[in-house]
Amino acid sequence: MTSAGTAVREDDVVVQHEVVDSNRQVRQRLGRGAAFVLLGAITIVFVALKIPGGADSRLTFGKAFSAQLDLVVPGRTVALALGVLVILLGAWQLVRGFGRRTLPWAAFVAFVAFMVAFLCWVSVRGTAAVDILGLLQNSIALAVPLVLGALAGVLCERSGVINVAIEGQMLSGAWAGALIGSLVGSYFGLVAAAVAGALMGVLLAVFSIKYLVNQVVLGVVLNVLALGLTGFFYDAFMQPNAATLNQPAVLGEIDIPGLSQIPVIGPLLFQANIVVYLAYVLIIVIDVALFRTRWGLRTRAVGEHPKAADTVGIRVLRVRYRNVLLGGAVAGLGGAYFTLGSVGAFSKNITSGNGFIALAALIFGRWSPLGAVGASLLFGFASALQIMLSINVPLIPSNFLAMLPYLATIFAVAGLVGKVRAPAADGEPYVK
Amino acid sequence: MTQATSEAAAAASEPVPPAGEHEPPRRASAWNTILVTLLAFVTAMAIGAVLIAISDQATRSAASYFFSWPWDTFTNAGHAIANAYTALFEGAIFNPTTAANGTLAGYLGPISETLTNATPLILGGLSVGLAFRAGLFNIGGQGQIIMGAVFAGYVGFHWHMPAGLHVLAGIAAGMLGGALWGGLSGWLKAHTGAHEVITTIMLNYIAYSLLAYLLSVKGFQAPPYGQAISNPVEPNAMLFPLFGSSMRVNAGLFIALIAAAAVWWLLKYSTLGFRLRAVGANQFAARTAGMSVERSYTTVMVLAGLLCGLAGVTQILGVNTQITNDIDAGIGFDAITVALLGRANPVGIVFAGLLFGALHAGGSQMQTYTPIDLVQVIQSLIVLFIAAPAVIRAIFRMKASGAGVGAELAKGWNG
Repeated sequence: MTSAGTAVREDDVVVQHEVVDSNRQVRQRLGRGAAFVLLGAITIVFVALKIPGGADSRLTFGKAFSAQLDLVVPGRTVALALGVLVILLGAWQLVRGFGRRTLPWAAFVAFVAFMVAFLCWVSVRGTAAVDILGLLQNSIALAVPLVLGALAGVLCERSGVINVAIEGQMLSGAWAGALIGSLVGSYFGLVAAAVAGALMGVLLAVFSIKYLVNQVVLGVVLNVLALGLTGFFYDAFMQPNAATLNQPAVLGEIDIPGLSQIPVIGPLLFQANIVVYLAYVLIIVIDVALFRTRWGLRTRAVGEHPKAADTVGIRVLRVRYRNVLLGGAVAGLGGAYFTLGSVGAFSKNITSGNGFIALAALIFGRWSPLGAVGASLLFGFASALQIMLSINVPLIPSNFLAMLPYLATIFAVAGLVGKVRAPAADGEPYVK
Repeated sequence: MTQATSEAAAAASEPVPPAGEHEPPRRASAWNTILVTLLAFVTAMAIGAVLIAISDQATRSAASYFFSWPWDTFTNAGHAIANAYTALFEGAIFNPTTAANGTLAGYLGPISETLTNATPLILGGLSVGLAFRAGLFNIGGQGQIIMGAVFAGYVGFHWHMPAGLHVLAGIAAGMLGGALWGGLSGWLKAHTGAHEVITTIMLNYIAYSLLAYLLSVKGFQAPPYGQAISNPVEPNAMLFPLFGSSMRVNAGLFIALIAAAAVWWLLKYSTLGFRLRAVGANQFAARTAGMSVERSYTTVMVLAGLLCGLAGVTQILGVNTQITNDIDAGIGFDAITVALLGRANPVGIVFAGLLFGALHAGGSQMQTYTPIDLVQVIQSLIVLFIAAPAVIRAIFRMKASGAGVGAELAKGWNG
């Protein structure tokens, strides 16, 4: 009934689903179409029609060669047009249905259309022009630690080790970064952060691979351990001697010559500190390596079917050890972003749950590097939007705005992503 | 590499249930389980002692001339460790200084604190443990506790009712609040496939923001509206204190014990409990046997939320009278370690809750000597060691026996 070679267990499920599938697909298509139409209707009724007819919307994009880049558009007309666009997308989805590949793009276009219409409204009703560049810059700044955390998750989980300990790895990275950064220098701090993250990775690896501890359990426990240890040492050493032990120099901004001069894109992407550039490099390297190199093939083989991988001579445990250590180091770098990249000091629980959000981004992004980056960016954007709105539109209670990133994640996960499939051997210890 | 493989082989010869299959925890090794737990506790305390010594200023200064006169380092370290652990004991079990006053509170005060701290931990632990048994990972304790406290608190200060009824109404409201919040994650998983780890984490933040909003709304916020604190709960709605008003331990402890008994009965004797365990053990087999896996997800998350809601109830109607931002007091996450230490088994969870309650109660006393975060370190080390009994057995050269905690609990992301 299904292709030969799938496991018996999965076979059963597919057989069960096959009866309902066609019906369900139609329902799903119509449901999604209705969601598009609803979003379009909201855009028109609650956004476009709320913009006064003659008002101009001003969206600023920073500077280009010392000239201010402002986009001034008739807000209502633009928002109406965008609303109609979204409804048209919905109509297409209702009648024909987007394919598996085009649907995410359609959703993305609808989302952007809605956001632009919304920002037109904000610029008219809010207290200031909407600074699009600042919004996007903030999005990226907020997304970088999430990206690094999620990449750490990709490295571990693609090789079959669940990493719930991202938070703990980030926290210990943040701590070590601040400490060594104050003692020796910020760049050494970065190295120390990666090492500290990797050390947490060693704990994760040894206990999960050698002692076969349940990995979800282990991750939770390691998070508590990292929280306790960093808090303990912070209280015992760093806080009493803050001047010598907890004052790392914040990493300086490095402008990439040439590229940083490009309008909009330059200040957005190429005027940042080294952690951000490292994140770019890691995104590309991990994505290419995972799907195009021998290491990646082995990693995925070990994560999907360790026995088969072992049979062809791949050293399963070694691959897992290596990947978990690498993942820990990457997460540690993400943690350093908090202490060395922005705040310039460690404080208790400074990562404040970012590791868990990175974990959510990893699952949301379906365990692929680019998916995880997309999810992190979405989350970063929602957080940045929330910050901007709480300044520009004081009439919405800021506490409701604070929910925005989390609500957005729930809607995205429940509405767009649905059931995800982890690497088949994720979380299962391998015993020969 | 060779060592790793031999270890792995040694572990494989033990009855570790391979993932994907399910075996109930073995009864025969009960004694061994207790021994491993005890030794894990001792080892964790020993590592904690090293940390105390490191954090002690006098010890560190003495260590600078360690090689010319090592004795000072050891005496100083010994003093620091003894001071800290004595304070821990005095805060959690018995304090001779206060007992010398001869008052009841002097004798029972520390025990009262331990029980007070244990109450929400037991309830939260039951919540996480129950979800574990159905194969779900409930990290949403924080949000569910907040919602439970908000509902219970609202009934507590906004409604006016006679004494007995008011408490019951508050408890019921808290259960409802937690159940709604937990059930939402379960429902989302059942109907859209959204992973409960994501939704419960996100709902934690949403509940936190919702509470922050409520604490800025008149009618909820206490006058004169300067602080983020709610109106005080009416005395009618408070859970009655067990040892008189001088001590904090209250009827919430009974709620926790009743809940533990209820969960024990549910898992052991009820049809629903059987269904939940079946889904947790192997959802594909459960589906084949005609059980509705989706409905089980919703049900178990409603129940888990309800239990966390009760933890919120004991927080607001038991110890605090006013809701603040940190009404959850980190219990949602501590509950996970409680559930793990208790091996997702109601009886074990009660004892685990008592142990961690004692650590928390003693930790605040210990603060004078060493940072309170040590409690968290010890807590996590205990769970780490009981999760990997092989480590403890290697240290103490014990014979091999049953699998570690969690081996029978939540598996991977794919259920």
